[in-house]
Amino acid sequence: MKVALFIPCYVDQFYPNVAIATLELLEKLGCKVIYPLNQTCCGQPMANSGFEHLNKDCDNNFVNNFKGFDYIVSPSGSCTLHIKQHLHGSDNQASTFIREHIYELSEFMTDVLKVEKLEAKFPHKIGLHQSCHGQRGLKLAQMSELVADPFSKTERLLNMIEGLSIVELDRKDECCGFGGTFCVTEEAISVKMGKDRITDHTKHEAEYIVGSDVACLMHMEGILKRQGSKVKVKHIAEILNG
Amino acid sequence: MLPDWKLKIILKMSSIKIDHATASLKFNKDEAHVDWHDETLWFVRSKRDKAVFQISEWEQLREAGSQIKNHVLSNMYNLLVEFEEKATANGITVHWAADAKEHNEIVYSIIKNEGVNRMVKSKSMLTEECHLNDFLKEKGVEVIDSDLGERIVQMRGEAPSHIVLPAIHLKKSDVGETFHKHLGTKKGATDPQYLTEAARQHLRDTFLTRKVALTGVNFAIAETGGFVVCTNEGNADMGVHLADVHIASMGFEKIIPMVEHLGVFLRLLARSATGQPITTFSSHFHKPRAGQKMHIVIVDNGRTKQLGRPDFRSSLKCIRCAACLNTCPVYRRSGGHSYHTAIAGPIGSILAPNLDMAQNADLPFASTLCGSCSNVCPVKIDIHEQLYKWRQVLVQEGHVPTVKKVGIQSMASVLSSPSFYRTAGKLGRFLMKNTPFITNNNLNIWYQQRDMPDVPKESFREWYIREKVN
Amino acid sequence: MNNHQRNNMSSREKILSQIKTNQPDYQELNVKFKFESLYENLYEKFAEILSFVGGKALQVNSYEEIKANIRVLYQGVTNIATTIPELSELADFSLNVADPHDLEMLNLVIIEGDFAVAENAAIWVSEKHLPHRALPMITQYLAIVIHKSDIVTNMHRAYERVKVDETGFGTFISGPSKTADIEQSLVIGAHGARGLMVYVMD
Repeated sequence: MKVALFIPCYVDQFYPNVAIATLELLEKLGCKVIYPLNQTCCGQPMANSGFEHLNKDCDNNFVNNFKGFDYIVSPSGSCTLHIKQHLHGSDNQASTFIREHIYELSEFMTDVLKVEKLEAKFPHKIGLHQSCHGQRGLKLAQMSELVADPFSKTERLLNMIEGLSIVELDRKDECCGFGGTFCVTEEAISVKMGKDRITDHTKHEAEYIVGSDVACLMHMEGILKRQGSKVKVKHIAEILNG
Repeated sequence: MLPDWKLKIILKMSSIKIDHATASLKFNKDEAHVDWHDETLWFVRSKRDKAVFQISEWEQLREAGSQIKNHVLSNMYNLLVEFEEKATANGITVHWAADAKEHNEIVYSIIKNEGVNRMVKSKSMLTEECHLNDFLKEKGVEVIDSDLGERIVQMRGEAPSHIVLPAIHLKKSDVGETFHKHLGTKKGATDPQYLTEAARQHLRDTFLTRKVALTGVNFAIAETGGFVVCTNEGNADMGVHLADVHIASMGFEKIIPMVEHLGVFLRLLARSATGQPITTFSSHFHKPRAGQKMHIVIVDNGRTKQLGRPDFRSSLKCIRCAACLNTCPVYRRSGGHSYHTAIAGPIGSILAPNLDMAQNADLPFASTLCGSCSNVCPVKIDIHEQLYKWRQVLVQEGHVPTVKKVGIQSMASVLSSPSFYRTAGKLGRFLMKNTPFITNNNLNIWYQQRDMPDVPKESFREWYIREKVN
Repeated sequence: MNNHQRNNMSSREKILSQIKTNQPDYQELNVKFKFESLYENLYEKFAEILSFVGGKALQVNSYEEIKANIRVLYQGVTNIATTIPELSELADFSLNVADPHDLEMLNLVIIEGDFAVAENAAIWVSEKHLPHRALPMITQYLAIVIHKSDIVTNMHRAYERVKVDETGFGTFISGPSKTADIEQSLVIGAHGARGLMVYVMD
C-alpha cells in the first residue's frame, strides 16, 4: 500500500513531531509512506477567506505532488476535508481520484487499515477535542446535535492505548474558536472560545488536551502557555504512535 | 484587553461601520457578562436537545420539513396564487408589498382608514426588517409591542437581539430598572413573577383598547387560505380577538402546501426553538370574526432575489426557530446586536448579504464554519456551507477590505510555490527564534492573548530529507 | 381604483412574475412526513406533558366530580362562566354578550375541548366550542373538559382528525400562557390564562 503523507504547512514548520509520529505510525501499520517533497498547502486559508478563485496554482501543485498513490493520509481533519470538497486541479481525473482517496489519520486507521489493537502506553487523563471539520465534515464522530447513535473513530483508537483515560466534558463538541483567519479577524471571540474550551477540559482534570487537528491545538496551546498552565496539548498521532 | 488605538487599526481594516468584529470586541470587554450570555443560550440549546432526543424519528422529521420546504420553493408561484384565491374567498383582503416601504405604507393606510392612531403588535421579525415601528411613529401612530421581550426592548429603545427571545441579552435587574422607569414598579425589584405581572396589567389595558392589531405569520396554508400564529404568551390572540382589524404580515416564503404539513412543522418548531413540545397557542385563522376586517400583507423585500440564487435560495426555508443562534458559539459570545441586522446569528448572516451586500459583508466571516448550525436546523438549511459560499461572492463583488485582499493574495503566491514557501517558512522560523520581538509584540493580533508556538530546530521536510531520503 | 390600489396591483404582478422566473425547477413532493408515536397509556402521556408545560390533568367519571373539584379549587371565586350545560350551576357570568370586551372581568371559564394530543398536551378548540374567540385567553383561569377516548397520539393524527377550516378560527392550547423573557425564568400566566386545569372524562 503506497501512502502519500500530506502534512499541513503549519505542522511542517512548527510541529514536525506530529508529522514524524504520523509517518512512523503508518509504517508500523505496514504502509509504505512517501512524503512528496514539493507539497505546500491545501489552500484552505485562502478559500475560507473568500479567495478560492486564487487557488488554481495551489491546487495544481497539490495534484502534481499527490497523484499516483493508493492513498493520501494527513494528520489534519480540516485540511483533509478541504481537499475532499474543494480540490479542482486542471487534471480532473487525478483531482477526483485524490478527493476520493484522501483520509485523515484516524479515519484511515479505522476504515482502511481496520486497526483493532495498538501497542502503546499513555497513562494519563486526557480531554478529547473533537475538531469541528473532522467531526461534522468527515464524520469522524457523531455530532451532539443529531438524534443518532454515538460513535467516535478517534475515541475508539485512543481507548486502545494502555493507561489512557478520557474525561467527560460539559460540551462534547463545541468549537475551539480557531477558525482559520478568524483567529485574528475576530480575535476577541476566538480567544474567548479557546479559553472556554480549555476550561471545559481543565475543570474535568484533563492533563492533556488531545485532538486530530494541529490548528486547534496550536490555538489552545497558545492560550495555555499564556495562562502559565501545566496542561499540555498533544496530537493523536503522538499518542497512538507510542 | 485592546485599548482604543488598537481598535482603530482593526476598524481601518474594515470599511463597515461597527462591524461584527468591532462590536464583538466591545461585547467581550465584560467577560463575566459574556459568560452569562453564553451559558444562558447554551441552556436553551440543551433544552432543545432534551426535547428532540425524545423523538426517535427526529431526523426523519427534519428530512420531511426540509423536503416540503424544497418543494415549496419550486412551486412558489402556484402556491401563492392558490393561497390568495382561498383567503380572498374567505373574506380576507390580500395585499402585496414589493419592499419594506410599501409594506409599511399599506399597514399605515389600513390604520388610517380605521380612523385611529394606535396599534398593538405581536412578534413579527418581518416588521423589524421593515422598521415598521419607526415608520409608524413618524406618521404619528403609536405601536405597542405585546410580546413581553419585545415590549422590554421597545421601552429601552433597543432592537431585539434574538429572533425568539428578544430580551435574552438583558438581566432581570435591567428589566426591573426599565419597568420602574416606564411602569412604575418598585425600584430595585427583580423578581420575574412580579415584573411579569406588572407587564400583564399594563398590556391587558392595551389589548382592551386597541382597535387594530398586527401579527406575524408562522405558516400560511395554500390549501385553505388560512394561516397559523404561534405564541406562548397568548398576546397575538389577545390583540386580534379584541380588535376590529387584524393585519397579518408575512414574508411570501412562509407558505406551505397543505394543512397536514403542519403536523411536521408544529412538531419541529417549538422543540427546536425552546425545547417545548409545542407553543401554548397555535392559532389557525381562516376567516375574520363577525364584524372584523382581516388583512394579509404578502412581502417580497429581497426575497425574490434570494429565490433566484441557486446557492442561497434554501435560506428561504427558514421557519425562524433560532436553533442556529442558540448553538452558535460565536453568536453566544457576541450577542445579537453585534450583527447590526434585524435577524442575527448564522441564518441572519446568510440572509442579510442578499439585502445589502456592502453593509453586511462582515457577517459571513463572523463564523468558524464549525457546522453546528446546519445540524440543528429543523429544515436542514446548509447554513455553514452558505456562509462559505457567501464569502466567495463577497470577495468577487469587491466587498473585502484591501488590506485583507493584499494579505491573502501574497499568502496565495507563497503557498502555491514550493520554493517560495520553503524560503518563507525557514525565514519566518529564523526570525521568530532569533528576533522574537518581530512577532512577540503588540501589533501581532495573535500575540494579544496567545503565545506563539515554539520554534522547532528543523521543519518536518528537513527532518524527512535528513532521515529518510539520505 | 385609487392610486394605492393601482400601485398595489403592479406590485402583485411584479412579485409573482419575479417568483415565476426565479423559482427553481419543480420538485415533486415525495417524502414520508407522517410518523407513528407509540405510547403505552395515552392519558398518562398527556397528563405527564401537561404537567411539564405547567398545566394539570385530572381523571373524572362524571360532571358531578368536576363540579366538586371546581368548588374546592376555585373556592370563593366569582365571575365563572361555562359553555357546558351540565356545569351551568357553577356559572354566575353569562357568555351571552355582544362584545368580547365584556368578557374582561371573567375569572374562570370552563369549556369543552374537541380532542387532545398526547405528545404535546395540546387541546383543539374552535368556534364550534367557543362563543367568542377571546374566551380562552381573556379569562384569568381556564378549565377544559375532554374525553379520554378523544386523546390522539401525535400531531399527524391530530391533523387527520380535524378540519381546521371548518370554522373561521381554531387553536391548539397546550398548558397555561407563559413566558421566560425575563432572564429565562419561567413565569406562568403571561397574557392568557394563568392556569389550566384539564378534566379528562372517561
